[in-house]
Amino acid sequence: MKPAPFIRHAPKTLDEALRILAEVAPQDGRVLAGGQSLVPIMAFRLAKPAHLVDINEVAGLDRISSGGKTLTIGALVRHSAFHRPVVDNPLGALLTAVARHIAHYPIRTRGTFCGSLAHADPASEWCLTAATLDATIVAKSTRGERLIAATDFFKGLMTTALAEDELLAEVRLPLLANDAKFGFNEFSRRAGDFAMAAALVTYRLGGGKIADTRVGVGGAEARPRRIAKAEAALNGQTPSDKAFRAAAEAAAAAIEPLEDHQTSGGYRRDLVRAVVRRALEQAAA
Amino acid sequence: MTAHTKGSGLKWVGRAIRRLEDPALLTGHGRFTADLPAAHWVRFVRSPVAAGRLRRIAKPDGAFVVTAADLAGVKPILPMLHKFDYRPVAQPVLADGVVRFVGEPVAAVVASSAAAAEDIADQVELSIDATAPVVDARDALSPGAPQIHAEALGNVILEGKVKTAGFDVAWSAAHKHVRVELRSHRQNATPMEARAAHAAYDVATGRVTLTCTTQMPHLMRTAIADVLGMPESDLRVIAPDVGGGFGQKMSLCAEYVVVVWLSRELKSSVAWTEDRRENLIASFHARDQYITLEGAFDKNVKLLALKTDIISNVGAYSCFPTTSGVEPLMAMAEMPGPYDVQQYQCRARGVLTNTCTMAAYRGVSRPIITLALERLMDKAGAAFGIDPVDVRRRNLIDKFPYTSAMGLVFDEASYQQTLEMAVKAVDLPAFRARQKEVRQQGRHLGIGFATFSERTGYGSPAFAARGMEITPGWETVILTVDPSGFVEARVGSSPHGQGLRTTLAQIIADEIGVPPERIRIVHGDTDRTPYGWGTFASRSLVISGGATLIAAQKVRAKLIKIASHLLEAAPHDIVLEDGAAKVAGTDRSVPIAALAREAYTQTHRFNGEIEPGLTETGTYDPPGTFSNACHVAMVEVDIKTGKVAIEKYVVAEDAGRIINPMIADGQVHGGIAQGIGNALLEEIVYDESGGVLTANLADYMPPTAREIPPIELHHMETPSTQSVTKAKGLGEGGTIGAPAAVINAINDALSTFGVEINEMPATPQRIRAALRARGSAA
Repeated sequence: MKPAPFIRHAPKTLDEALRILAEVAPQDGRVLAGGQSLVPIMAFRLAKPAHLVDINEVAGLDRISSGGKTLTIGALVRHSAFHRPVVDNPLGALLTAVARHIAHYPIRTRGTFCGSLAHADPASEWCLTAATLDATIVAKSTRGERLIAATDFFKGLMTTALAEDELLAEVRLPLLANDAKFGFNEFSRRAGDFAMAAALVTYRLGGGKIADTRVGVGGAEARPRRIAKAEAALNGQTPSDKAFRAAAEAAAAAIEPLEDHQTSGGYRRDLVRAVVRRALEQAAA
Repeated sequence: MTAHTKGSGLKWVGRAIRRLEDPALLTGHGRFTADLPAAHWVRFVRSPVAAGRLRRIAKPDGAFVVTAADLAGVKPILPMLHKFDYRPVAQPVLADGVVRFVGEPVAAVVASSAAAAEDIADQVELSIDATAPVVDARDALSPGAPQIHAEALGNVILEGKVKTAGFDVAWSAAHKHVRVELRSHRQNATPMEARAAHAAYDVATGRVTLTCTTQMPHLMRTAIADVLGMPESDLRVIAPDVGGGFGQKMSLCAEYVVVVWLSRELKSSVAWTEDRRENLIASFHARDQYITLEGAFDKNVKLLALKTDIISNVGAYSCFPTTSGVEPLMAMAEMPGPYDVQQYQCRARGVLTNTCTMAAYRGVSRPIITLALERLMDKAGAAFGIDPVDVRRRNLIDKFPYTSAMGLVFDEASYQQTLEMAVKAVDLPAFRARQKEVRQQGRHLGIGFATFSERTGYGSPAFAARGMEITPGWETVILTVDPSGFVEARVGSSPHGQGLRTTLAQIIADEIGVPPERIRIVHGDTDRTPYGWGTFASRSLVISGGATLIAAQKVRAKLIKIASHLLEAAPHDIVLEDGAAKVAGTDRSVPIAALAREAYTQTHRFNGEIEPGLTETGTYDPPGTFSNACHVAMVEVDIKTGKVAIEKYVVAEDAGRIINPMIADGQVHGGIAQGIGNALLEEIVYDESGGVLTANLADYMPPTAREIPPIELHHMETPSTQSVTKAKGLGEGGTIGAPAAVINAINDALSTFGVEINEMPATPQRIRAALRARGSAA
């Protein structure tokens, strides 16, 4: 369980990083940030990149900033940065609630928000967050900068819209309305395991009715996404067991479940039904 | 640690003193095999297919790669059993023409570092004509199934059968028959430290020192010397600190043989450190069984007869020294458990398949047979409409000694008492009330009981009864007080985390009046210790502890004899306490260190009546003694996801005299944690082609601290009459009781749904599938 030989590059500036990445990308060069997914995959020799562009020494990538209607998260912001709210907006509390479900403490001190998105594991809590909240992904390369909507970014299992010479430089999340409610629920066999299903929901109440609903489901399909039918089942309704049940049922029916040796499609739908309903109940609580 | 011994009225035995081995381990000064530097590192190339003919092994240019063709003169591993229609099957240390499971070592790559060896191993090309594999034991038994070994037709490597004389009469006289069909899936012991070996060659003497992570250093030496055809004297085996074993490290590994062979070939140091993937696919597996169990009860719910059929998937080869019989024969001998039932019929088969070889794992079959038997007790309660606790009350043995249908002699224990103790501790009526109440809110609680016996500390006759060619059993301890008065016990057994350095020191301290910090326990080195067997089968404290006591009693007698000379007092007037020999009722005394000095340097004063030196040997080979316990799990089942949360876990247990309560509690806690993992989480999954789908610790799931509930322990002490220290073993009880308690609790929670779970692990997927089959939507 030793990685295959590779060359590590350690740029100090973003420009240098992009230049090296452009150079080594055609020779299977990969970006190394927190390394919590890439390094184990290399140890198993499931990935054998010839070059690693280690961005840990690049100045300025570890910033979180909020301005106007957006929270911006730099490429080196670790999961643990969200252990406490990073912004005085319901989004801050939401990110904190989600972060505690990510793996284990030591992993959270090293792994990065942007790295999770670039890795695009369907079970990733941050990928689900980005998809549910319609994040904007900022990709940079020597060719310039590109903004990618989350719906266009996640292509499938561990597959994204990033080109091989592009660095995921930052992610922009829209701030939530001040009266937004949210709920998050995930199912895993053990504490800290990959989610077998997860749901993130946000909505507002206008005159006692649910509005501006977002229902995102992760871990259940090849990529996380908003479930329109579940949202439709909620908008305009009064928060109630009946409405939540209908939304959960709609989400369970809408997915194309991932199946594996231990998880049938039917079981995955059971889990989606449970996590959506529980996330809605949490939001209403 | 204050010094006080017999005379002060306080004893070391029975006290929760801190473990003497911990300061080094906790400060990073432990010594593990993989810490050793080596000139050469090995990477094994393993078969990627489950069955096939090996056509060609293409080595990269210039690489040093060893295959079976290079190992002429190395014998195969050939474990033997002389009973139960056992068919010996040979395992070449590197696959020779045929591969039989995914992960089987085919070639050994040698390079200057582990990483370089792995790089080269990636380039070795195996050309294998794959043949159809069989991975499930029932499939392997079906007509026309692929044959794993020509020597074992029908893939049955052994078959045990027993039927008591009065069985048929009792069976037909029964009021009701109750049946359980149980499936236990395959598991891996998952020690924290995977396997590792380091062989160093001494050019001057031609000797090899093999440092390896093992539970049985002496037997590894015997076995490797046999396979390599070398004198045992040319091999020294050291087991340094061992990071867990749980049975997985008591079997001979083909890889260790190759490492020793390479060291002799290269006349240099050679090392191999297993990675987690290798451990999960190619170290030993366990617990893969199908059990059918039926009980015949009279109208008072008294068990009259038991009938069982046991199919144990033993994998591709037989393990050494226990053989493939370790699981099926244990299941056959101990299925009746702690219950009074004299009529018994059993058929137990070991079945070969294209999977990793099965070997001992903490509890050996008993976690499974206890689950089957305790499911049977609960189902009998349901069938007769009585409380499951009452079924146990009516059937647990309570007269001792009790001879089982299989001829096992149960010594004095407390089966009924620990059951009542546990029932009281959990407040069963209060639980039932709460269970009913929260069910109205859609919450499903359940309680599960497991009462069981744990056969421990058994000597060589017990292994001989299985027809084993190797009958481990006895242990020897050589105890020396050196001229400085420091005490050293060299023990043949070899602990791997059990705290034996502490508990043996406590036994010695009480006998000879020297505090534990002046006592060193030396183990795990064939050059330094007498021949012995090791730590497995809950035996070391009973057997090695017994040998320690016997040696210490001899040293005590000699110290008193010397003191009686020096103090001119009668031997019966002399007491050993606080590091001195004293004449009772006087102020005359002499330090034990001075007595020791005399024994070496002033022997002329003994007029030939006392032999020089202060070394005595104790050997012990006891018949075996039964510990017992009642485990209770209280769980909540999330009906919508199938997830089980254990609220609380209560144990009432009796392991005879407890030498160190803290260490005893630790064994129980650790065993239960492992048993909970077995019950709910852990499963090695093979696909139909024989590939392992759970080859990392994200897919193979040992429990983490977060999955382990608070554990409440209650103790009884029924001193063993079959153990000189009066102690019984307790290393395996936690894993034996936990699956039954947890899975019975799940079934109790699901009882209103008409759903039964008779499968281990009881995963959320399985629980939901059962509920869905019953039409229970989420």
